[in-house]
Amino acid sequence: MDFGLSEDQRLWQASLSAVLQHVAPLERVRAFAAGTEPVARDVWSALAEAGAAGLLVPERHGGLGLGLLDAALTVEALGGQAAPAPALGVYLASLALASAGRESQQARWLGSLASGQALAGVGLSEAVLGGRDGAGVEVREGRLSGRALFVIDSAAADLLIIADREGGLHLVEADTQGVHASPLTTIDLTRRWGEIVLEGARAEPLGPSDGVVLSRLRDAAWTLLAADMLGASQTLLDKAVAYAKERRQFGRVIGGFQAVKHMCAEMAAALEPCRALVWYAAYAFDALPDEASLAAAHAKAHLSEVSRFVARTATEVHGGIGITDLLGLHFWFKRVGVDRQILGGPESVRDLAARLQGLDDQAA
Amino acid sequence: MDLALSPRYAAFAKEVRAFLLDHRSQWPGPGASRAEIIAWQTQLITAGYAARTIPAAYGGHGAAPDILESRLIAEAFIDTGAPGPLGGQGVSMLVPTLLEVGDEAQKQAWIGPTLRGEILWCQGYSEPGAGSDLASLTTRAYEDGEDFVINGQKIWTSTAHLADMIFCLVRTEPDAPKHDGISYLIFSMKTPGIEVRPLRTMTGHAEFNEVFFTDVRVPRTQVVGGRGAGWRVANTTLKHERGMLGDPHAAEARLAAITKLMREETLGGARLIDNPVLRDRLMRLQGEVLAMKANGLRLLTLNLRGESPGLAGLIVKLQGCELNHQLAALAIDALGELGILYHDSPRLRADGVWQQRYMFDLGLIIGGGTAQIQKNIIAERGLGLPREPKLAAS
Repeated sequence: MDFGLSEDQRLWQASLSAVLQHVAPLERVRAFAAGTEPVARDVWSALAEAGAAGLLVPERHGGLGLGLLDAALTVEALGGQAAPAPALGVYLASLALASAGRESQQARWLGSLASGQALAGVGLSEAVLGGRDGAGVEVREGRLSGRALFVIDSAAADLLIIADREGGLHLVEADTQGVHASPLTTIDLTRRWGEIVLEGARAEPLGPSDGVVLSRLRDAAWTLLAADMLGASQTLLDKAVAYAKERRQFGRVIGGFQAVKHMCAEMAAALEPCRALVWYAAYAFDALPDEASLAAAHAKAHLSEVSRFVARTATEVHGGIGITDLLGLHFWFKRVGVDRQILGGPESVRDLAARLQGLDDQAA
Repeated sequence: MDLALSPRYAAFAKEVRAFLLDHRSQWPGPGASRAEIIAWQTQLITAGYAARTIPAAYGGHGAAPDILESRLIAEAFIDTGAPGPLGGQGVSMLVPTLLEVGDEAQKQAWIGPTLRGEILWCQGYSEPGAGSDLASLTTRAYEDGEDFVINGQKIWTSTAHLADMIFCLVRTEPDAPKHDGISYLIFSMKTPGIEVRPLRTMTGHAEFNEVFFTDVRVPRTQVVGGRGAGWRVANTTLKHERGMLGDPHAAEARLAAITKLMREETLGGARLIDNPVLRDRLMRLQGEVLAMKANGLRLLTLNLRGESPGLAGLIVKLQGCELNHQLAALAIDALGELGILYHDSPRLRADGVWQQRYMFDLGLIIGGGTAQIQKNIIAERGLGLPREPKLAAS
């Protein structure tokens, strides 16, 4: 019985942190946000070289074959740095291919995902939450038509994994005829989200269309989004505490005032159990199949609530400078704002959590 | 990361359960006599399921500390419904304190009978004028021959009306700085000059007492940890108290009870759980309970590895008590009009326990270090923010 990180995982966190500080300092984040690059190739190459791209790719395909906890620790570090890195799409595609892909699909994609050469976009929104603005994807004779919104990391993707309305997953090569990608510009400019229009695009089914792979991908995505919020919120808290220790007003550091101290304590008290919750959800994904979906839902919903509180409170601790572009705190503020809504805001996710347990009125 | 139990621990967990179930006929029920309680307690100590790591020389079982074994024992009691090892302030607070700072004679005299339930204790810390600022306490003990003579008043003394003994903070050195003038005394509640008055709270019950001391004579040998060292000794004990409050097991049990209630009770023909707003509140609290449970697993592992618990430990009292309070609030809101019933009203649900908890738990948020004191501790010890200014000793 051991509920903590291994020595290898701690070393991985340390080396990841060193890589990120070198390759994705705030100036790089700022440049990416201000520019039009579809992906920060330099950042992803450095991460891939360190081994981050192939974490979830089986060893026989050139990856490290690790678990979702290792991916969550990595995404947590990315959130902590507000790093522009297309990890979510790569991790979800690796999981989908490794668990449901045919040998030929695996051979075609997993190696290049692990090396960092290939990038993946993942569109699950309509299948998980229902469509809006007429979005949703239909399959006819092996071809996909329709529209997928809020596709994760679609901007520079080589392959797309798209869920249809019935919950089946499909693998689509991004340069196939009938695939049109366009950007959706969110508040968070450190990552790219897109809209994919499909007009009879050739696609290969990925696993049986019974919804099982879809719910696994949804659980993984919820857990990784929670990890991103954990990292971002920890940075917001750390920055607020550091600022409270140095900023002087009325002749003393503001961190000596109880009003400010208690804001910091409330953030820490809310955030600290979130770390264990994210670990639990990630561990459950690989080891406790009966609990995995519920744990993932709670990780996503709870981190959404806590990180909203932390983001606004950390900003307030900074006072006026907190809302300036110059300070850059807003990159993290916006990052958690997006993580909160992608694949369901907390109310939607909790509604799904109730259904997962048969607590909804349809089950009466 | 691996939540599975190794074969040795799995076997241990099974063994504890089997023992408890095999001895079901000896479980003391709600109206059990003191003799029955002592007999059960003695049997648990012999088997190693109570006072497990306390040296046999002092009346414990004498096993080597193993926090996972302790956890498995606690879970076995919860799962089987067996009446748990005796808790209370004697076992949870006085015994660890004596083990840490008591002298040999004190350990020999008090630990064994306390563990067996032969002696019940209460804690005399808070005073009307010394709550969060406990070190400003004014209950005086002056020397007279071989005795201290005590005068003053304590408050929030739960179980004082049942207790045989008290561990009590008194000011023995009035001229010393306030933290250095306190001694930790233990004495009998039968000593002449002690008056216990029940303190009725908003729940309608007297969960606490006030204790008045008038010329109470206590032998000077009954100081624990040395004269004037009471503040240090008390902090040893408070550390144990904060571990008792905010336990995630209680929150899990409450969540299960509320879920059941919301599935069974109906309003206008619809189950309470089918109200989407109430259901969302339930789900939100379920997420928080899961987070605290995972935090508890993390703390257990940190402890097993000998690593510092840090913030994960400092936040438990604040978060755990608040969570329990919110759970009670949800149960009341879900019941709606039925939720306001109390005392012995017709149509009362669950003996009125949700209202009782909602009110009593507010006391737990305040007691054992208020939420605001907890936030100071988290900010100062956990985040390294400046300490509260200490005023000059008065």
